[in-house]
Amino acid sequence: MLVMIIRRLVQSIVVMLTVGLIAFAMFRYVGDPISQMVGQDTPIQVREQMRQELGLNDPVVVQFARFVGNTVRGNFGISFRIGRPVSELIIERLPATLELSLLAALFALVAGIPMGIYTGLRPDSWLSKVFLTISLVGVSLPTFFIGILLILVFGVLLGWLPTFGRGDVVHLGVWTTGLLTASGLKSLIMPAFTLGLFQLTLTMRLVRSEILEVMRTDFIKFARARGLTPRAINFGHALKNTLVPVITITGLQLGGIIAFAIITETVFQWPGMGLLFVQAVQFADIPIMSTYLVLIAFFFVVINLIVDVLYFVVDPRLRAESSPHGH
Amino acid sequence: MQRIREIAHQVFDSDIWYSFTSSKVTMLAAVVTIMFIVSAVLAPLIAPQNPFNPGDLNLMDAFTPPVWYHAGMVHYVLGTDDQGRDIFSTILFGSRISLLVGVGAMLMAMVIGVALGLLSGYAGGALDNFIMRVADVTLSFPALLVAMLIDGVVRGIFPNVTQDQSAIYVLIFSIGVSSWPPFARTVRGSTMVERNKEYVQAARIIGRSPAAIMGQHVLPNVMGPVLVIGTIGLAISILTEASLSFLGVGMPPTTPSLGTLIRIGNDFLFSGEWWIVVFPGAALAILILAVNLLGDWLRDALNPKLR
Repeated sequence: MLVMIIRRLVQSIVVMLTVGLIAFAMFRYVGDPISQMVGQDTPIQVREQMRQELGLNDPVVVQFARFVGNTVRGNFGISFRIGRPVSELIIERLPATLELSLLAALFALVAGIPMGIYTGLRPDSWLSKVFLTISLVGVSLPTFFIGILLILVFGVLLGWLPTFGRGDVVHLGVWTTGLLTASGLKSLIMPAFTLGLFQLTLTMRLVRSEILEVMRTDFIKFARARGLTPRAINFGHALKNTLVPVITITGLQLGGIIAFAIITETVFQWPGMGLLFVQAVQFADIPIMSTYLVLIAFFFVVINLIVDVLYFVVDPRLRAESSPHGH
Repeated sequence: MQRIREIAHQVFDSDIWYSFTSSKVTMLAAVVTIMFIVSAVLAPLIAPQNPFNPGDLNLMDAFTPPVWYHAGMVHYVLGTDDQGRDIFSTILFGSRISLLVGVGAMLMAMVIGVALGLLSGYAGGALDNFIMRVADVTLSFPALLVAMLIDGVVRGIFPNVTQDQSAIYVLIFSIGVSSWPPFARTVRGSTMVERNKEYVQAARIIGRSPAAIMGQHVLPNVMGPVLVIGTIGLAISILTEASLSFLGVGMPPTTPSLGTLIRIGNDFLFSGEWWIVVFPGAALAILILAVNLLGDWLRDALNPKLR
């Protein structure tokens, strides 16, 4: 177990260094950092002096080491466009994105797993067919179009829900939350639904196909033959064995949710990291782009690590295989 | 003539054709897809108006609602936008761009993915390991994100050329480069199976070069799954392009794709001109749904386990 975690950690660090190298290359070689910082009439001597002071003339390896050092300490440079430290901007925007993403993921799980179980256990009932049709539409409708339709119906026509922003937020130290005010909660409904819908359909289809698969296996037949109640079979035997892929996909999707929040945040003008990133891409604001890349990669790596550890907790077969005395 | 009849006989007598005609949904999806392709190709001929020729536009007709409204006009079936452009015509021209980028990006991903997959599966060893790790890392980031990063970097390197004419190439490139891993993985898997078969050994013994074996002997035998991934990949490419354009980092408003049209229409959502955004959005959704259905069917039809 410990060996596995250490091996995974080393792999994660390699991935992070690779991503860091890409971010560094973007930072250093896309456009000239000096001309982004000074006016056009700055003489060449001054530019050269700045170059020297900022260490842009040092060997590339030294520069990369410094970049990694700065990044680890949370110093991501200064935004070309906004002129403020990127770390400040990110800390301001992070709570909005995380709240939205986690709520969307929760919604996808809480609604998706029961729907998947139902459609898996009763594949021929009419409700299953309704669920499956919804899921096909959910996969094909572009996220932003769902958001626009929701705004049109619930925001413009009915006027029930706010259509942009986070509503009133409460400051808890550096963290801002919209979960504690009525307008904040109301503002969360449509974005979280929009963002979670695609994940919901994925979760549902996955649980369904896993249940269908597992119901055909011998141990379920045997459990039936032993006269266990359907309840014990369905939840004690079948569901338990579908959990491993569900955990993997959900975990991996969480990173995807944070990334796809870019679209939802744009539709609902949600003041999160995604909106910051879109604007950075439009204006080629490299410091924000490379920081976002590093941060998302970090989320992915951490989530992957947690998923791997959860595997061991959920699936005893893996524990048996990895222990040296287990053979 | 005889040859054509033989091919036709082979096609209509095949299992694939049988499974195609036995699913009404699939046939409908095929008809819709073909309609989109034909109308996209013929857009300049069949569109009632050229929405990008300022001489054709009449600002007095701006914000005309669809024809079933009282204020609607017969020659603007789906209404007009803020510049008096006919929505139906902009959809025709927009789906042309969407399909062009989608097909282009999918073909690029397919060429990269199939080539790397063949190489990886046939060569094995360190090269295989390296290619697959790169694929893993690319795959763990959503294609949308990778495409946005590439797009942003290109904008940083060439600040002046990213607009208008070159935007379409930047898009094809960034989507293509970010979506090759599924092709590579599948082709690698099948290649590893094929590599040990007798026909490959025979080809090796008679002295054919590895490139010829991969290209002429292995490739035709691993193409089945590639078609499935290609169809689903087409839907994903169209969707990614639309998302990028909607976010304002894709096609510019002067040569809009369906995504750009939705972005433009989104500005009029609150003033009640819903048709400017809803019709292009519906067109996009129908196109993606149809291609997805075709992909689903193709996967089932080519999967021998399900027959």
